[in-house]
Amino acid sequence: MALLEVKDLCVSYGAIQALHGISFHVEEGEVVTLIGANGAGKSTTLRAISALQIVDSGSITYKGVDITGKEPSDIVKMGLIHVPEGRRIFAPLTVRENLEMGAYTRTDRRAIRESMEHVFDLFPRLKERLEQTGGTLSGGEQQMLAVGRALMSDPKLLLMDEPSMGLAPILVEEIFDIIETISKQGVTILLVEQNAHMALSVAQRAYVLETGTIGLSGPAQELAENPRVREAYLGGH
Amino acid sequence: MAKFKKPSVYFVAGSLLIFLVIQGLISTGTLNDYWKGIIFWGGAITIVTLGLNLIYGFNGQFSLGQYGFYGIGAYGSAYVTYHWVRGDPAAMVVALFGSLLVIGLYAALAWGLRRFYGVTVKARFTFYLIITILGFWASVVVLVPLLGPMMWGFFAALPEAVAQPLVFFLALISGGMLAGITSFLFGLPVLELGSDYFGIATLGFTIIVKVLLDNTDTILPFPAMKGARGMLGIPRWTTWAWVFGTLFVVIVIMRNLLHSSVGRAIVSVREDERAAELVGIDVANAKILAFVLGSVFAGVAGGLRAHDITFLHPQSFHFIQSFNPLIIVVFGGLGSITGTVFTGFLWIVLLEGVLRLFLPSGYETWRFVIYPLILLMMMLLRPEGLFGTYELPFLRAAHVAKRQAIAQKPEEVPV
Ligand SMILES: Nc1ncnc2c1ncn2[C@@H]1O[C@H](COP(=O)(O)OP(=O)(O)O)[C@@H](O)[C@H]1O
Ligand SMILES: [Mg+2]
Repeated sequence: MALLEVKDLCVSYGAIQALHGISFHVEEGEVVTLIGANGAGKSTTLRAISALQIVDSGSITYKGVDITGKEPSDIVKMGLIHVPEGRRIFAPLTVRENLEMGAYTRTDRRAIRESMEHVFDLFPRLKERLEQTGGTLSGGEQQMLAVGRALMSDPKLLLMDEPSMGLAPILVEEIFDIIETISKQGVTILLVEQNAHMALSVAQRAYVLETGTIGLSGPAQELAENPRVREAYLGGH
Repeated sequence: MAKFKKPSVYFVAGSLLIFLVIQGLISTGTLNDYWKGIIFWGGAITIVTLGLNLIYGFNGQFSLGQYGFYGIGAYGSAYVTYHWVRGDPAAMVVALFGSLLVIGLYAALAWGLRRFYGVTVKARFTFYLIITILGFWASVVVLVPLLGPMMWGFFAALPEAVAQPLVFFLALISGGMLAGITSFLFGLPVLELGSDYFGIATLGFTIIVKVLLDNTDTILPFPAMKGARGMLGIPRWTTWAWVFGTLFVVIVIMRNLLHSSVGRAIVSVREDERAAELVGIDVANAKILAFVLGSVFAGVAGGLRAHDITFLHPQSFHFIQSFNPLIIVVFGGLGSITGTVFTGFLWIVLLEGVLRLFLPSGYETWRFVIYPLILLMMMLLRPEGLFGTYELPFLRAAHVAKRQAIAQKPEEVPV
């Protein structure tokens, strides 16, 4: 059984339909990427899964439970965490407080402290800036904080929306290294990216989203070599 | 919720000292009835404003509804004691046990609804409205004949020195619960609206309450409230001990709430609603909780005020009055309990107490020129309010303070 199974998902904004019945799945332990051009519906898909967006029809099954129509807070409690586009950290709160907020749904203080240590291991830079407010961090640091905050809730499945957006190339490398590390530590990842090149290099499988429908899909390696994908998303090289 | 923490020794000692000094001034007659009234009034307004600070200052929901709930609490508790002292326990039974019954039904319904996902707000509101009506109807038909005589007999057996404060206590609680039930029913559908619309809706609510209070004896079945003529004959039971005790309890409840994880949720909804959702906070619940509790405070304060002045008039709950707590909370500092308490008393003592004495008669309305001038100065010189987010050490909670200007928030990116 797949950890996450999306079937015939339709979402619309008013009269505009953004997703026309897409289906895909994510197996436990995988890194799966959803690539596609700007406006293809990638963020909409993630928002629908984490219940931030109302769906018209279709079903979303996570850990064998139909989670369509649940509250966002219920979904977080089930270990399905969304790292959104644009980071959405608490700008007025310090790094430490942001991380603590990530553990909002947890009660075991020792386990929370362990998660915090884990986050510091991954992002030593956050540890140096513990008392700095989130709003004063650089873009890369904010992205690290967003990922760190998500890890604080002990996720089983991470939905990551364009973690490389707006980052300098060196930071992009760093973020993708972190994604690989997190994945090796047993977290399943559904990664949305416009940076198809990097995304296909860390993922095992990939889906290509084209204006609300899934076009190609398959092993990431294969898609990376597919002429159509190379043409459209990898700059034709 | 975090466990009920013991207030620190300094805080209790300081509070006790303030209580005793004022009590001494009252007992020795140093403070005459005029000043006593001003101080009690200050206490009531401070409690109303603490409620607003919870709603607006800590949870970020701009509200003009406080005087509506203040009015509901005032009239509700006054109706209870008015009839009680005239030998009729029915109002008490309905307000107290009816409210408890309705709150119990709410809890049962909330538990039941948890099992169903995707129930729309409209549907939920309808369910809650129906059980509210059923609950109060049942309390009139069943509980009044059942519990009325029993309750009356019980209180008749108590010595007067115990019975009267107990009745007053229950009346205040009833007023608070009635305000809370109303705010829950109002907040459930309306809090889903954006913040600006919420402000407008609460303004509308306060206007509706005033209109209904004008017509309590015609549209509503409460003849003793006497509509626009004003309600007379409320027992004068409010003392400094009641005002102070209620204020103290409200501060401690608010402080402990804000120190708990529920308080953390309430504050993070103010900081960034979307981010709060992402870490698993139930945003709607946090908003409703803050709004209902803030309204309960206003309702209880209304009861204190009613039993001090012994006369209620709908005009006192005109929506314009709702700007009083708003001015005080901004003046004292949004998100500062200390600021609200200090400014609440200061506001009433200076503007209603001192200015009224010093302005030549006929010029009292000049206060309404002085208010906005002070406010304007304040906005120019100290926009974060007198206290900003400063708190006395006992009240301080690390995660509550708002340290960054709004301008520092990242631009609005949809999640
Ligand atoms: N809040 C919204 N209101 C209306 N239309 C929206 C909204 N969000 C996204 N859309 C539209 O839905 C489509 C998919 O958007 P989105 O999921 O953000 O794409 P992506 O993340 O792939 O860039 C786009 O055409 C976009 O304009
Ligand atoms: Mg997007």
